[in-house]
Amino acid sequence: MIDINAYIGGYPFRHIPHPDPAILARVLEREGLDGAWVGHLPSAFYRDPTPGNDELFASLVPYPTLRPAACIRPDWPGWERALASTIDRGARAIRAYPSQWGLGADDVAIRSLCSACGEAGVPLVFTARFEDLRQRHWMDQAGDLSAAAVRAVARGNSRTRIVVCSAGRGTIEEVHWGLTPAERELVFWDISWIWGPPEDELALLLRTMGPERFVYGTAWPLRLAQTPRANLALLPDELAGVTLTDPSGW
Amino acid sequence: MTSALPLAGPTPLIDVHAHFFFEGCGRAEWDALNKARFRAGDRIGISIHIASILGSWGRFSPTYFASPADTTLGNDAMQAIAERHPDRVRWYVAVNPNDTDFALAEIDRRVAGGAIGVKLAAGRRADDPLVDPIAQRAADGNLPVLHHIWQHRRRHWPSQDASDGADLARLAARHPGANFILAHIGGGGDYEHTFAAVRDLPNIYLDLSGSGVDRGMLDDAYAAVGAKRLLWGADITLCTGLAKLWALEVIGLTSEEMADVRWRNAARIFSRLAWEPGTGNREQRLLGDTVLGSQRPAFGGRLPVPDK
Repeated sequence: MIDINAYIGGYPFRHIPHPDPAILARVLEREGLDGAWVGHLPSAFYRDPTPGNDELFASLVPYPTLRPAACIRPDWPGWERALASTIDRGARAIRAYPSQWGLGADDVAIRSLCSACGEAGVPLVFTARFEDLRQRHWMDQAGDLSAAAVRAVARGNSRTRIVVCSAGRGTIEEVHWGLTPAERELVFWDISWIWGPPEDELALLLRTMGPERFVYGTAWPLRLAQTPRANLALLPDELAGVTLTDPSGW
Repeated sequence: MTSALPLAGPTPLIDVHAHFFFEGCGRAEWDALNKARFRAGDRIGISIHIASILGSWGRFSPTYFASPADTTLGNDAMQAIAERHPDRVRWYVAVNPNDTDFALAEIDRRVAGGAIGVKLAAGRRADDPLVDPIAQRAADGNLPVLHHIWQHRRRHWPSQDASDGADLARLAARHPGANFILAHIGGGGDYEHTFAAVRDLPNIYLDLSGSGVDRGMLDDAYAAVGAKRLLWGADITLCTGLAKLWALEVIGLTSEEMADVRWRNAARIFSRLAWEPGTGNREQRLLGDTVLGSQRPAFGGRLPVPDK
């Protein structure tokens, strides 16, 4: 199993103890994970993420289990060329942050990026939130990625795998049940921010949506890497040992 | 499949921030929630859940502004649950400081009925003079006060008059004889502000509960107040509670410090706990005296129960 929700690099609104790839590689080993799709956290806040992608590719060279998830901003001139470049350099997935870039749910740029990712054969990864809404820095005005924004990208999509990280039950259900069965099959959710017992929201979602809709993610280094492991360990007996989708073969 | 050993290890573990529900409260799935807490608590290895019920959980009056009738209803239900599960449940008497005389009488009555601490939520800011008589009663009765906290309240949040660490620090400074548990550092807001606000108040303990699992939060809490002032708890997300226990083991706490956070600090400040390590839930069946060994309290076993 791999972690599809990991980063390197600092976060602009608080200190993070271990944003470096060497520690990430050790954390993955400790958690029993085979590798990770790794994003460059500062790139979410850059105007032009190109320098962040350069830094990401260079930083991950010594760590073969850390696969780059490059950042592409589809409202930036020349993004198609930037996408092709990152694919050529081995990007395993493409990350996009519409909330941080001020792109609303109806913005066509994200749909264009989704389509381009499908043509290139790489998944498109969104992040619902980096921090709990209640603790946001006063300069962090982006807000959570809305369910409407995810639905807008997923509707009509027939080719691109879309992964949404760090979403909670409300967003997940609102998107999932707001799509056709065919559209749902291309949307995946990481379990890093879904509540376990006593609310048992992860168990409920696994029952109602099926475990194949979910992938393993930690949100390291923003959050404790142990959280999804704890959540799986505390599933009710009938769900013990449940198998999530393993995206390493995509 | 239930594993043989607790996921958090076999040594005692006290959850200082638990909640239960009851038939007729504001949560229709009350029974499933209670069962899930016990199920997950068993898996984790929780020896004792120290719990509260906040009125009717919003059914008849607001959760954070519970009426006297609802306060009674909730405390009745909480007492009944504790009496049904004497091996694994202890409880706080929850009160609303706005009904001061009722609150004081309710504390006295419920302590006589077995409550071992006081739960204050968000009916009044912690530094409000109305809270003083309750804090004094808690000090007189050796009752730790678990106070709901919004970490760094920078604006009004709906449905509560939330306190933050600075508010609680002012109350704690006025009542050095009382012990205060600052609720859920992972429960929302800027915990860094909290750590700075309470660092110098030795009678404030930080409860680690809440859904927040920011990397760095535990390190910074430990750096600010030390292991002797940290208390493990889960609140309404036991999964994050387990993750924090696993994380504490890798951020550098010694085994002695882990024991402090897991249960010894709680055993020290809850003087009415009346629990002997090795006799609580789960550990009773798994441990026995020999495993506990040197982790017994220095006073040699059963904790003192103050005169009523």
